[in-house]
Amino acid sequence: MSQLPSITLHVPEGTESDGQEPSPDNERALHTSFHQLILEQSSLIEAGLELEMKERDRESPACLAPPDACAAAWPEPGQGEQCPGYSSASLQILASMPSRTIGRSLGAIISQYCNRTARLRRRSSRPPLQQLCRAARPSLRQYDLDADPARATLEDKWSLLVKELLSLSPYQRSQMLLTLPISLAEKRTLRRQVNRQRGLLRQRAQHWAPSSPCGWSIVYVGLGCRGLWYRLLSLLRTAQPWHYTLKQISGRFGSSVLSYFLFLKTLLMFNFFSFLILLAFVVVLQAVYPPTSASPPPFTGLELLTGAGYFTHSLLYYGYYSNVTLNDPCTPGSKGSACPPAAPPFPYNMPLAYLFSVGVSFLVTCILLVYCVSCSFRESVGSSMGDLAVKVFCAWDFKVIQRRSVKLQCENFCTQLKELLAEQRSRSHSQSLCQRLRHCIVVLLAWTVALGSVLGCTLAVHHLSKHMHVVQQEQRAQGSGRWQQEAILLVLPLVVSLLNALMPHLYNLLAMWEKQDSPVTQVYVAICRNLILKMVVLSLLCFQWLSRSVVCSTEECWETCVGQDLYRFVVMDFIFTLLDTLFGELVWRLILEKRLRQRPEFDIARNVLELIYGQTLTWLGILFAPLLPAVQMLKLLLLFYIKKTSLMRNCQSPSKPWQASHMSTIFITLLCFPFFLGATIFLSYTIWSVQPSETCGPFRGLETIYKSGKSWVLVLQKSNPNITWFAWVHQHLVENTFLLFFTSGALLAVIYFYIQVVRGQQRVICLLREQIAKEGEDKIFLMQKLHSVYEQRERRA
Amino acid sequence: MGNKQTIFTDEQLDAYQDCTFFTRKEILRLHGRYHEMAPNVVPMDYTKDPDVKLPMQLIINMPELKENPFKERIVSSFSEDGEGSLSFNDFVDMFSVLSEMAPRELKAIYAFKIYDFNTDNFICKADLEQTLNKLTREELTAEEITLVCEKVIEEADMDGDGKLGFADFENMISKAPDFLSTFHIRI
Repeated sequence: MSQLPSITLHVPEGTESDGQEPSPDNERALHTSFHQLILEQSSLIEAGLELEMKERDRESPACLAPPDACAAAWPEPGQGEQCPGYSSASLQILASMPSRTIGRSLGAIISQYCNRTARLRRRSSRPPLQQLCRAARPSLRQYDLDADPARATLEDKWSLLVKELLSLSPYQRSQMLLTLPISLAEKRTLRRQVNRQRGLLRQRAQHWAPSSPCGWSIVYVGLGCRGLWYRLLSLLRTAQPWHYTLKQISGRFGSSVLSYFLFLKTLLMFNFFSFLILLAFVVVLQAVYPPTSASPPPFTGLELLTGAGYFTHSLLYYGYYSNVTLNDPCTPGSKGSACPPAAPPFPYNMPLAYLFSVGVSFLVTCILLVYCVSCSFRESVGSSMGDLAVKVFCAWDFKVIQRRSVKLQCENFCTQLKELLAEQRSRSHSQSLCQRLRHCIVVLLAWTVALGSVLGCTLAVHHLSKHMHVVQQEQRAQGSGRWQQEAILLVLPLVVSLLNALMPHLYNLLAMWEKQDSPVTQVYVAICRNLILKMVVLSLLCFQWLSRSVVCSTEECWETCVGQDLYRFVVMDFIFTLLDTLFGELVWRLILEKRLRQRPEFDIARNVLELIYGQTLTWLGILFAPLLPAVQMLKLLLLFYIKKTSLMRNCQSPSKPWQASHMSTIFITLLCFPFFLGATIFLSYTIWSVQPSETCGPFRGLETIYKSGKSWVLVLQKSNPNITWFAWVHQHLVENTFLLFFTSGALLAVIYFYIQVVRGQQRVICLLREQIAKEGEDKIFLMQKLHSVYEQRERRA
Repeated sequence: MGNKQTIFTDEQLDAYQDCTFFTRKEILRLHGRYHEMAPNVVPMDYTKDPDVKLPMQLIINMPELKENPFKERIVSSFSEDGEGSLSFNDFVDMFSVLSEMAPRELKAIYAFKIYDFNTDNFICKADLEQTLNKLTREELTAEEITLVCEKVIEEADMDGDGKLGFADFENMISKAPDFLSTFHIRI
């Protein structure tokens, strides 16, 4: 389709002088005759512009002023400074370029959003790659003069926007309304107009509407749902606890310290859901139908610490739960009594309920965790902090409102800028070989010390548990008092918590000695080492519990014993966190204030890792102590208030730069990957391979816990031959390992596909960046030509 | 739901809920804050949409804005009359954009307006220098400021005109994961 290169410059005749660039009619024609254009350029443009200037001169000068109030501040004086000697006519044309009016004039915003809604409707946010003509300039591609809303008057644009909004779905409409960058009064007017039009349309469509009650009830249900949704949203927001407390904390300490408290809130939510499921399906029912058991020993205060004694035969532990069907009148073992003919309302299979509740609570936690990880990933994927531009515009925390904190923030900002400048300067002179070697050796040495300390701690814990076991046997043989026996039980958790509390300080010292390049790397390295220590110690403890070679080896009801051990660990962890707050923050502040007149900082990384460790202990213990999430919830609540009080009294805002969203993502990912995954593996192994004890608990006498579920499927199959498909599904999908391999293979293929898509998109980004630079050069070229044309005209006149 | 408030009609509250990121309760709370700044001027009854504006001096004395180095720029970016006074609509709009539910694009548009001191729709070197002076309270030397400005323009300017247009600014913001959490004022 080749046309003659007719470059007719359309000049708008309207009073709306929103700045219309004289543009060619047909872009393809322009492109194919580019060479000819260069030859004919000056005369043609001059003729066209002369025409336009004649039009402008005909209008009164007052009409040149735009009717919008927003675009009042046109940059003529400023422009004059930057481009001296440019005539006012060319300046006026330049000032009305879209890049200078966007965001300023209402008309430009509205036309931009018209395009956006039209695109939404057509569901094509970018042109498909096959149709990309490499030679065409993207800024003029898809440019259709007749359909361009930028040429219309303001009222036309407004009605066009209303029309476009009406054609969207309600959700898209509300999203578009929320994200329009116009003032609230105008948004309300727009909404009123849209609603009015919608009412008119509905009235007009009434005689086509189905007169059946079905159609109308759907409409009313929809309206009612929308109202309900708003009510629910407002209820959820008011139910947000601690809104004022969090505002106080963020106002004084900023987003970084706030992230710790938000993480605590997230953990509270996880525990709440687990607890709810276990409470509803396991605990309450067992409480209503208590099993017959020996009377428990009297309650002394020590049970709160050791979890033994009065608590041993209570709802807290696995051993209390019965392995029979509750509320079943046909009790097995009662020979000779006939079952009543009428079936009981709800016979409740406790072992099955126990297994499924634990499984479902883990599943719910998994789903919530993955959702949280994906949310924070979406927010935080970005390049590293070295960018100076990002620092200047995004590092100032607007949430900080206290005068002293703002002053501190200002000082930190200056320090960070100076550090960044120094870093960039030093990057230009690279380090000498000697310095680099020395740095390498120091880093290697620090890592050796760290890993060696981890190994040392692990061996210490292993030998200590063996020793404590021997001492326990001796005590039992000697028949010493209950207090002594139970106090012995507390030694191992005490030592483990002590190590977990002290070693991070050692790692902080190591990090200071190492002197990494950037403070962010320092934080990452300290977190890494802390993490390795916790993971190794927890793995050792898990191995000890499952193998029962040392711990709980003499107990008949080993699950209750393991549950008690985990309870003790959780309680000890809480006590040591309290002590750490007391000594690490209160006492340290008193010391620092006397010496250096400053307060200690809140060590976010260490505190968050402690929270993660405590949560992992809870997850490990859910199977053995169903009420452990409740204990953890209580612990987290107390911790929130204690940490907040200590923070307000003893700490100052952090001086190191802290990428709050990046670190939050890292913490929630750490919670998900090593720790939740480890807990799931521990649970799966226990369910599939470990033999439960013979005398207590809901799975007594079975080969493995999993067998209870399997036997239920078999019973189902026998009782009702119509649901053999269920058993088939169970046999071929759940038990078959082939499915696992197939799923993993499919997952890997999907991951590979997405990696390739990301790579392709990165290439496209590079190409687009080149195009932007070229467009910039074009723009400068055109501006200069424009000015030279006007200068020629003025010289001639 | 049985709320006996007489400040707004239900229709007005629905409109506010649709057009901002706030719920009914938060809108009422915001009205309380707006009212307490000037109890004699701001009426308690907004059912007729009275045309009441509060001057900039009152707004920038709010505790949420008092210590903010950009308080005047924030208020004038949301002001419709060009002098920095805010009506209740503008007040709600301001805190809605600065709330944590506002999407990145919307925040980027207003952040650009805030940092554009001479309102020429570009962040030029002079704008950057003013921004830095406000952020550092003039603790950096003049040559350090010039160096930082040059580096910022070098990093962020893509079309080579020596200043940051909105597209450059938005592109840079998209690389900053922290923007959403720092460009946020809790009310």
